[in-house]
Amino acid sequence: MSKKFNIDTVANAEATPGQALPWAELGLKENEYQRVEEILGRRPTGAELAMYSVMWSEHCSYKSSKVHLRQFGEKVTEAMKEHLLVGIGENAGVVDIGDGWAVTFKVESHNHPSFVEPYQGAATGVGGIVRDIISMGARPVAVMDPLRFGAIDHPDTARLVHGIVAGIGGYGNSLGLPNIGGEVVFDSVYQGNPLVNALAVGVLRHEDIRLANASGAGNKVVLFGARTGGDGIGGASVLASESFDDAKPSKRPAVQVGDPFAEKVLIECCLELFKASVVEGIQDLGAAGISCATSELASNGDGGMHVELTNVLLRDPSLTPGEILMSESQERMMAVVTPENMAAFEAIMDKWSVEYSWLGEVTDTGRLIIEWDGEKIVDVDPRTVAHEGPVYERPYHRPEWLDGVQADAFAAERPADLREAVLELMASPNMCAKNWVTDQYDRYVQGNTALAMPDDAGVVRVDEETGLGIAISTDANGRYSYLNPYEGARLALAEAYRNVATSGAQPLAVTDCLNFGSPEDPEVMWQFAETVRGLADACKELGVPVTGGNVSLYNQTGGVAIHPTPVVGVLGVFDDVARRTPSGWREDGQAIYLLGTTADELDGSEWANLRGHLGGQPPALDLAAERTLAAILVNCSRDGMIDAAHDLSEGGLAAGLSDMALRFGVGARIGIDELCERDGIDAFTALFSESQARAVVSVPRSEEVRFNDMCTARNFPTLRIGVVDTENQALDVQGYFTLPLDQLREAHEGTLPRHFG
Amino acid sequence: MPRIVVDVMPKPEILDPQGKAIAGALPRIGLTGFAGVRQGKRFELTVDGDVTEEVLEQARHAAATLLSNPVIEDVTRVEVLEEDAQ
Amino acid sequence: MSAPNTGTPLIGGPQPVASNNEDSPLNGVKVGVVTFPGSLDDRDAVRAVRLAGGSAIHLWHGDHDLQDVDAVIIPGGFSYGDYLRAGAISRFAPLMEQITAAASGGENALPVLGICNGFQVLTEAHLLPGSMIKNNDLHFICRDQRLRVENNGTFWTSDYGQGEEIVIPLKNQDGQFVADNYTLDELEGEGRVVFRYVDGNPNGSRRDIAGISNAAGNVVGLMPHPEHAVEAGFGPDSSARGNVDVRGGTDGLGIFTSVLKKLVG
Repeated sequence: MSKKFNIDTVANAEATPGQALPWAELGLKENEYQRVEEILGRRPTGAELAMYSVMWSEHCSYKSSKVHLRQFGEKVTEAMKEHLLVGIGENAGVVDIGDGWAVTFKVESHNHPSFVEPYQGAATGVGGIVRDIISMGARPVAVMDPLRFGAIDHPDTARLVHGIVAGIGGYGNSLGLPNIGGEVVFDSVYQGNPLVNALAVGVLRHEDIRLANASGAGNKVVLFGARTGGDGIGGASVLASESFDDAKPSKRPAVQVGDPFAEKVLIECCLELFKASVVEGIQDLGAAGISCATSELASNGDGGMHVELTNVLLRDPSLTPGEILMSESQERMMAVVTPENMAAFEAIMDKWSVEYSWLGEVTDTGRLIIEWDGEKIVDVDPRTVAHEGPVYERPYHRPEWLDGVQADAFAAERPADLREAVLELMASPNMCAKNWVTDQYDRYVQGNTALAMPDDAGVVRVDEETGLGIAISTDANGRYSYLNPYEGARLALAEAYRNVATSGAQPLAVTDCLNFGSPEDPEVMWQFAETVRGLADACKELGVPVTGGNVSLYNQTGGVAIHPTPVVGVLGVFDDVARRTPSGWREDGQAIYLLGTTADELDGSEWANLRGHLGGQPPALDLAAERTLAAILVNCSRDGMIDAAHDLSEGGLAAGLSDMALRFGVGARIGIDELCERDGIDAFTALFSESQARAVVSVPRSEEVRFNDMCTARNFPTLRIGVVDTENQALDVQGYFTLPLDQLREAHEGTLPRHFG
Repeated sequence: MPRIVVDVMPKPEILDPQGKAIAGALPRIGLTGFAGVRQGKRFELTVDGDVTEEVLEQARHAAATLLSNPVIEDVTRVEVLEEDAQ
Repeated sequence: MSAPNTGTPLIGGPQPVASNNEDSPLNGVKVGVVTFPGSLDDRDAVRAVRLAGGSAIHLWHGDHDLQDVDAVIIPGGFSYGDYLRAGAISRFAPLMEQITAAASGGENALPVLGICNGFQVLTEAHLLPGSMIKNNDLHFICRDQRLRVENNGTFWTSDYGQGEEIVIPLKNQDGQFVADNYTLDELEGEGRVVFRYVDGNPNGSRRDIAGISNAAGNVVGLMPHPEHAVEAGFGPDSSARGNVDVRGGTDGLGIFTSVLKKLVG
């Protein structure tokens, strides 16, 4: 089989130094190619070129973002590291949640593939992040999907919504992973660049942590799972120059097709491998496939590996060595196994009918050697491939247009009819009910889901004996970040942190997916730099470390970039999920309190968005107030002082009250005059401002004194604004309007079915 | 009424999880004579009246734009069903 | 199960199978839960058996031994990816031959419950009539569903009242029950429609049928998921029995207590 290729061996590369290689077509810059030649002391072989080009791509090397991302490591205090078992740099971070349990979680983007082929792009996005979680040694226990689409009425939006939602459901549901939250946002800036971010979380015992390293010379390297095909190497067809065989498929597919059944089997099979302790190191195959897995495993371990590439099981026998190294076929894993454990490894593979092939072994030479039928085609220092790629200090500067945008505050006339305004808000694309989407996801499987959509955070139980569990929320507001990227990133963190605390969990750690336009545009690069600076600063102030994440650049079409969109995921912990706080009230007569103060902050708000305005400054952020609010909400949950809580963010108090009433279909009588008087605002501002560090809670009568005492002791402003009313099926804002819940629900739930149903 | 049949198959180089699962099941029930399985789709478009070249062209257009996704699938047949043609 | 096993605690491993109450007479009842490649709700079915007071046994599709279990649950999921037809490949598993034979065994026939994908497996195996096609709106649907128990005379429904309503989660892609009119009339006439959707048919199932039984009443198939309404705090937000706390619905537990009590009695 190997004979049909005219293999470019290391010997051949040494003998033919002048041979031209397609480095530019593979995306390498001239200086980068020269650096490869310098490292090797000769020209690279075709296979080496394939490895360097994919591993040094923006996607794999973070070459434009690295200099900024360092802040996540630098702005970390010892106290923040207390719960961190594995930090940035591995497949995903690992956080200690107590009792010997740990949690690993990460959010990643699959934006570009999802635009090309929405179903498969979104599906394989779920598959990829789940494999990251498995490769840490964890059982995946939940997923979440923050999504951003173009305008809801644009003709292409329906194609993307249908395909992406079905793809996420089709893959995640088939894996048996509850989908417990996420976001759905519509904004024309995402028209040609939808954002499909996927978060997965897994659970493991401390002693089960597995790392991606290849240690112990003589240990065997094995590739298992799906066979290797030509997936995801469309751009690499230039490598066909290696071949003189005509029998190749005409085109390599740029799109990867996912096989969730194969991945489900891979999950169970890996967990059995971990349980039987038969793997020393493990790595999933994602971007850059075998190139990435071999170089990272070797680089993280003792530094040497020897692999025979013809041992790779192929779906398509016409693949060249370079293509095999670059293939992004899904549902594959690579592991390191001691010779004594090979038989046990094979027994588990056979039980689950998973294909595998032994590729080679770990060495102590410090070199990654890859052979093709015994002939050496790769001979590199794996660190130069995996970790010592190019790093760019890209130029950046503050956009000149920003002053004008920030000076353009929202000044439109305020609506006279507040009832109509609330209905319009709650029916709007971003504030409407998302159950048309989330009802296509399984939120029950595994039997541990304690809260899911539409509550503030997704909550899952980890330990059935004790009730120990976790909460996760993801948030981002692209409009805030457009107006002020530094503050926008801090606001995204604050909201996710607040959501987790609102559910009753203590926030512990952060993952992020930073979605931006082109880093080669200095204005975009400035937005990126400001975002990272803001997020790192805010993480330090709130005492929650970033454990890992992902950067997605080049989200722009025709020179127009998306809004900077830093999606921030916060993980929190419960000692017992039984005390989690739902987002709706149910008991008649409970007192409704507003925590925090309200200012006239409508710039960048959902209401301004509905009026087509984007200008001014995002709401002011006070992280000390956020910390206090979170402490109050967590204490209230722990001591049973509240029965419902909902944070106020997009859509302000109007959205918060509507959500809480609709959650269980229970009305309330609300008075806002005292609030207006205390904070010096009008009724419209009270309802629609997006001031931060606020939440609404419902308090049983028996707990009111204790609740008020606690807030007073912490010097946090509270105001009783109403009472739960089970008799009257309405949201009654006294003196302003009464909104029957049926009417509110119809407006709220009708929007997505009307567009996509 | 005559029918036009359209067959759509996953492109040869694209992973076909369905075919793979069936190929795995065949030997388990003792059927070992097959080297592989690929699963496609068949559509039947019923025509109200005669199948003119214009209607066939519409069917080809439908096959290429709606019935298949050219990123991952090929249209392998668009033709009038024999039994209907008589 | 030839795979090696060590004592390391791990969330990936099977959960404890012994019942919650070791003194309960139900504890002696062994209910097998079959795992196929692609089964998803197997661990949940095991938990449901345990919460109902019984002992759960993990069964592997490739084995030939039913391990002397007193009843079998074929759980939900996407066995073999549902790629050919839901349940079409699983029915040929070695263990299914044992189950089919034991379930058809006259007087002492083995009680078998198929949930969701398990129901689909039972129809493909011809233990139950009819078949399942895609939901009529073509989407996967996950929602809390109200059902009426139409026949409390089966092994799996005896703990409910005749005509009692319950709320349990529904979650599937291919949940539309279809059969020819003759079969449907026969099912109705013989009281073999065990569960019916109320307050709206979610998927277009013929005659609102959510679950059926064989003539002997030992084999029951049910599309919605009772095993996800057995533990307060992790079930549906509502119950047919009145107000419950958030995710407090446990209306599905009766399915599992039914078979345990019937087997002890």
